[in-house]
Amino acid sequence: MDTELILMQLFSGVALGAILVITALGLSIIFGMLGVVNFAHGALFMVGAYAGLWVASLTGSFWWGLLVAPIMIGVFGMAIEYVLIRPLYGRSIDDPLLLTFGLSYVLVEGVRIVFGSDGIPFPTPSSLTGVVDLGVGFFPIYRIFVVGVVFLVVVLLWLGLEKTKFGLIVRAGARDPAMMKVLGVDISKVWLLVFGLGVGLASLGGVLSGPMRSVNPEMGALVLAEAFVVTVIGGLGSLVGSIIAGLLVGVVISMTALFAPEMATIVMFALMAIVLMIRPQGLFGKLA
Amino acid sequence: MTKDIRDTKRNHISRRHVLAALGTGASVVAMPWIARAADDTIRIGFPTPLTGPFAAEAKDQVKSAELAVKQFNDKGGVNGRKVELLVRDDKLNGGEAATRTLELIEKDKVHAIVGSLSSAVQLAVNEVTRARGVLYVSISQSDTINEVKDFSKYTFHEALNPTMTAGAVARHAFKKGTKVAHLVADYAYGHEMLRGFKRAQAVIGAETVGEIMHPFGAADYSTFMPRLRSMRPDILCISNFGRDQANSIKQAVDFGLKQQSKIVVPVLLHNQRLAVSPEVFEGVVGGSNYYWGLESQLPSAKAFNDAYRAANGGAIPTDYGAYGYTGVSSLLQAMQVAGGTDTDKVIAALEGLKYDVAKGPQYYRKCDHQSVQSVLVLESKKKADMKGDSDLFSIVANEPASENVLRGCTELGFPA
Repeated sequence: MDTELILMQLFSGVALGAILVITALGLSIIFGMLGVVNFAHGALFMVGAYAGLWVASLTGSFWWGLLVAPIMIGVFGMAIEYVLIRPLYGRSIDDPLLLTFGLSYVLVEGVRIVFGSDGIPFPTPSSLTGVVDLGVGFFPIYRIFVVGVVFLVVVLLWLGLEKTKFGLIVRAGARDPAMMKVLGVDISKVWLLVFGLGVGLASLGGVLSGPMRSVNPEMGALVLAEAFVVTVIGGLGSLVGSIIAGLLVGVVISMTALFAPEMATIVMFALMAIVLMIRPQGLFGKLA
Repeated sequence: MTKDIRDTKRNHISRRHVLAALGTGASVVAMPWIARAADDTIRIGFPTPLTGPFAAEAKDQVKSAELAVKQFNDKGGVNGRKVELLVRDDKLNGGEAATRTLELIEKDKVHAIVGSLSSAVQLAVNEVTRARGVLYVSISQSDTINEVKDFSKYTFHEALNPTMTAGAVARHAFKKGTKVAHLVADYAYGHEMLRGFKRAQAVIGAETVGEIMHPFGAADYSTFMPRLRSMRPDILCISNFGRDQANSIKQAVDFGLKQQSKIVVPVLLHNQRLAVSPEVFEGVVGGSNYYWGLESQLPSAKAFNDAYRAANGGAIPTDYGAYGYTGVSSLLQAMQVAGGTDTDKVIAALEGLKYDVAKGPQYYRKCDHQSVQSVLVLESKKKADMKGDSDLFSIVANEPASENVLRGCTELGFPA
């Protein structure tokens, strides 16, 4: 086993991790701020991919799809929060979980009705096709672009949450919503925006994944499982945890693929089990 | 008090009777054939995975099977008896398929089962039909179903098997000294195809430079690519099915593996090619049981395509779909010869049957009931060479029906 291959595998793992990070972030934000376990996350990821494909085919440009679809589906997410999730606040955590679980079936069936159950091609934008020589091996330009986009999103999210007044309200609201209400902050508006943001991130993940995988109604199922594994390893609700855990899971999958490829999917569940045994709250989670 | 209860009870019963009577009446009016079903309709059960990752292929199977039934009914049925197809969703799950099959046999009193679209699910159906002594025409690839351990005298295997398919592809694509790297889905289908390829490689003298098993249903193949690349194969052979095929080929192309190696698959799937752009599949070579383009060479293919187009608004039949047609047609032809649905007579008729309904001459080999038939090798076309949306592949080889490409009966464990 030569070092070049191992380095290459490490890089593949980081790139895969970046995709996992983007899918886990939205789930983690919504849980961290609203306490809602969003089981429709995978379905919204899939809807995002279809929306991106649709906008891209209307405008003839991948870039419009990448920009417009997450906003569109984010607004759709806000509608979901306003109409469906809001009446359930203050009730058991199972209620929104069951609701979003049902919603995921509705979304998948809806897409099957509108776009059919077969896969649809989502071509890589021509400016990003091809491979680049990293010195240790070749890597698709598009995947490097995805790593860049994820990095940018993470930085923007960090700036937004740590350096703005809105971020301050969001963080305070996550800690003590009752106190925020007493202080005269309209916390329901904050929750609306946070849910929209989480859903927007899910659909951004969907659009970014489109050109790497074919787009089909079931593409969100595995993504939901991966996103859950990453957030649980990182610690439910911890953004830093999601980022570190996403990259960690990517690298672990990649290294496993090198030595025991048939274990590549199951290894992330094994990793989750080990982390939960040693640190039940996850790597960066706080004990309840 | 007691009187009240009795009254209520009587009312309740009589209301139920009325409803039941109405229901029966309505169904007789709406579906007159139900009333006849008890006497002479021939019923064929058709379990197939209408939901799940193979749904696209399953729906095509149903359309083709329905066409075969319709053609017989339009000609007055099988010896005057109407044929009815009872489609059930097996959800790509062995347990579900076994339950549905048992229901079809016990409740719906079907005369035969045709169907199923996965090597593992097919074996579950085979268990049930073998135990119940019911005819089964299986239409999904499997090698084990031919072997004596799983053999049932009631079962006829209409689909190609991995030995034939991988063999034909290897004979076309591999040469002495060719270096082959295998990426294989880690379940029955992948394992059987890999065995088929290696068997052919041993004869040809092609060398295996590496084998990677990938989890079934994986969405991301990026982590396998650096190692596949480092093997420097002449041929990258990807043995997986359904969406796994589209995803893995797409990502292999993204990683530039097509510049270095030729991509070869055991079965080149029509619906998966449609799920990605033509550029991705361009030059990929794979086997097939059927391609609509055969119509320029074969009258039976032309007749099948035309009938299918007429029944489905101009759509063309696809590979796995065509199994539904050839499978149901061969069974009904045998029933016609046998003069009815008597199981032993139909078995004898199937064993003696020569049929050509879509892809040239076919017959069931006596020892293992494998359909001896032609195997196509296809190559995915360049976008510029496509004359229409359905003009996906060119036929680069057509191995005629021959028992020589099958494993021998003694090798399968049957007495010589």
